[in-house]
Amino acid sequence: MSEAPVSTPVAPIPVTVLTGYLGAGKTTLLNRILSEPHGKRYAVIVNEFGEIGIDNDLIVESDEEIYEMNNGCVCCTVRGDLIRVVEGLMRRPGRFDAIIVETTGLADPVPVAQTFFMDDDVRAKTRLDAVVALVDARHLPARLKDSREAEDQIAFADVVVLNKTDLVTPEELEAVERTVRAINPSARIHRTERAAVPLDAVLDRGAFDLSRALDNDPHFLDHGHPDHACGPDCDHDHEHHHHGHDHDHDHDHDHHGHAHQDHSAPADIHDLTVKSISLRAGPLNPKRFFPWIEKITQMEGPNILRLKGILAFEDDADRYVIQGVHMIVEGDHQRAWKEDEKRESRLVFIGRDLDREKLERTFLACQA
Amino acid sequence: MPTVAPIDLDDHCLATEFLGEVPVFALASGQVVRLDHGTHHHELHDGLLATARTWDGHGLVTGGEDGKVMRLNADGSESTLRGPARKWVSVVAAGPQGAVAFADGKAATVLLSDGTEKSFEEARTIEGLAFAPKGLRLAMARYNGVSLTFVHGSAPALDFEWKGAHNQVTFSPDGRFLVTSMQENALHGWKLDGKPGAEQRHMRMTGYPAKVKSLSWSSKGKWLASSGAPSAIVWPFSAKDGPMGKAPLELGQRADAMVTCVACHPTEDLVAIGFGDGMVLAVRIADSKEALLRRPGKGPITAMAWNKPGRLLAFGSQAGDCGVVDIAG
Repeated sequence: MSEAPVSTPVAPIPVTVLTGYLGAGKTTLLNRILSEPHGKRYAVIVNEFGEIGIDNDLIVESDEEIYEMNNGCVCCTVRGDLIRVVEGLMRRPGRFDAIIVETTGLADPVPVAQTFFMDDDVRAKTRLDAVVALVDARHLPARLKDSREAEDQIAFADVVVLNKTDLVTPEELEAVERTVRAINPSARIHRTERAAVPLDAVLDRGAFDLSRALDNDPHFLDHGHPDHACGPDCDHDHEHHHHGHDHDHDHDHDHHGHAHQDHSAPADIHDLTVKSISLRAGPLNPKRFFPWIEKITQMEGPNILRLKGILAFEDDADRYVIQGVHMIVEGDHQRAWKEDEKRESRLVFIGRDLDREKLERTFLACQA
Repeated sequence: MPTVAPIDLDDHCLATEFLGEVPVFALASGQVVRLDHGTHHHELHDGLLATARTWDGHGLVTGGEDGKVMRLNADGSESTLRGPARKWVSVVAAGPQGAVAFADGKAATVLLSDGTEKSFEEARTIEGLAFAPKGLRLAMARYNGVSLTFVHGSAPALDFEWKGAHNQVTFSPDGRFLVTSMQENALHGWKLDGKPGAEQRHMRMTGYPAKVKSLSWSSKGKWLASSGAPSAIVWPFSAKDGPMGKAPLELGQRADAMVTCVACHPTEDLVAIGFGDGMVLAVRIADSKEALLRRPGKGPITAMAWNKPGRLLAFGSQAGDCGVVDIAG
């Protein structure tokens, strides 16, 4: 018998996680994704067939099963049903180009996302592309009053689709958007009606792919400014949009070691328990930074929903990008710093009960 | 010298069995290929997820993405045990007196040969099913343990609790032990022959670098072989307390490939070991002596089965390069 070559590994399948409260427009968006002629085939994992009116044998119904990992860490949770369904789907590759996971209105997005990092089999075959949260512009204030999940979904998202904007006044819309920003300054926001967001704004984003996230969005961590949002009229000219903004920052932070003050939440938002903390520092000493981030995520992991950062290390020509979910942290070199780029380190934590003063002080102590 | 009769099926091979003397290969697409004086294709499902061989050795029970439960016999006859349904049937099991069990989501159904049907509901998704070797009892693996129930009567299920997600469940051939594979890289076992009402005796079998996907009991139940490491991890079960306090054997260790599938010989204490690169070894448990049955192929070995006399070994891979090894040449 002759020796056959070992088969080449197939490219990982991108997975988009769709969250949003009941009535926010997930089903409308899903029906669009399944029916519009975009030339891509999607396998969709849903909890209930509900009102998906499309006949598609790649819609899989599964019962949400949250499994705590037996490692003593309460935030290490995965979705057992996803492990099983993804494994089944991936045995027959070639039928679809991407996977969409629709969560129930009250679902915690964290176990869904962690499944794609914590299960070796799932991780080997798929990659988490982005977490998209649909938000009902009209009902968000009420939702935030009565549920922690609505806030979690926004806090955790890479992309927020602010839907049903036709049902609110421009002033209300502004207020809702400020709220979303206050919860999650780093998400991309799209304003829309009837979930009519361009599909390329929610699919194949590469938001969890650190270097691609930055390529797509050079101002990844500059999103604190309340005026930065993509409505229906937005031409996505972010480069231009942000020039002045960036300039300001550079000006503000000429002196090393001054941690960036957070773009704080508007004072009228009382119902938020999630906050974001944006930190800035000069080049870091990796021997101080890595033990620090490990300790912070070990100790504060349960309170950290997301963390994202672009870091400069001393004597290192490359930018280092980092992101995390609870206790999981991943980082990698991205590309060389450009000549005209300011070598600084930026880090955003989104979570609950985080001690800003302590994070700021200890982060600054990691400077070279 | 062993000889290999290859068959290329170009699809993920989920399971292989001998039905009588007829090898069958169950493929992820839903097709089962039967080698009986030529190659016969049976389209049983749109997407196949689980298989089990019936206890008489002549039938293959399958569950699929289409919600169907099917049976294929050695002679090629097919029957539908349950028609199409919305949910995936991700686990099936065969039992004594022709009983068949399948689970979709949190419900398990037992079909008896006289046509009666029994249903069982669990609080969490049923990930694994197994019939006990004696008496009509069904074990259901689920989050935080296993429920063991009598199929007849109305006695409540016995709960065997252990924190974590249990994916697969199996009884030792003598019925003294119940073992699960877990979401963590570990096996968990319970001793079943304790005094009624006595405290449950647990067995933790850990140390695997990867999830355990394949389990196989040796002919008389003295050993339990498992995948999930660079060698086959073989736990001793002949003592009263099973492997408690004992180290497992590590057979067929390789530096560059993981064991993905194991199948114990039907009569000898010998285990066939399939690797991530498609290689298959036969290793004798008594002295760890190795024999190469198949060189590396196109993909990881995902399925293996011996015929009843133990001369032929059918194997299947993730890439579909399957075959039958004749160990006597």
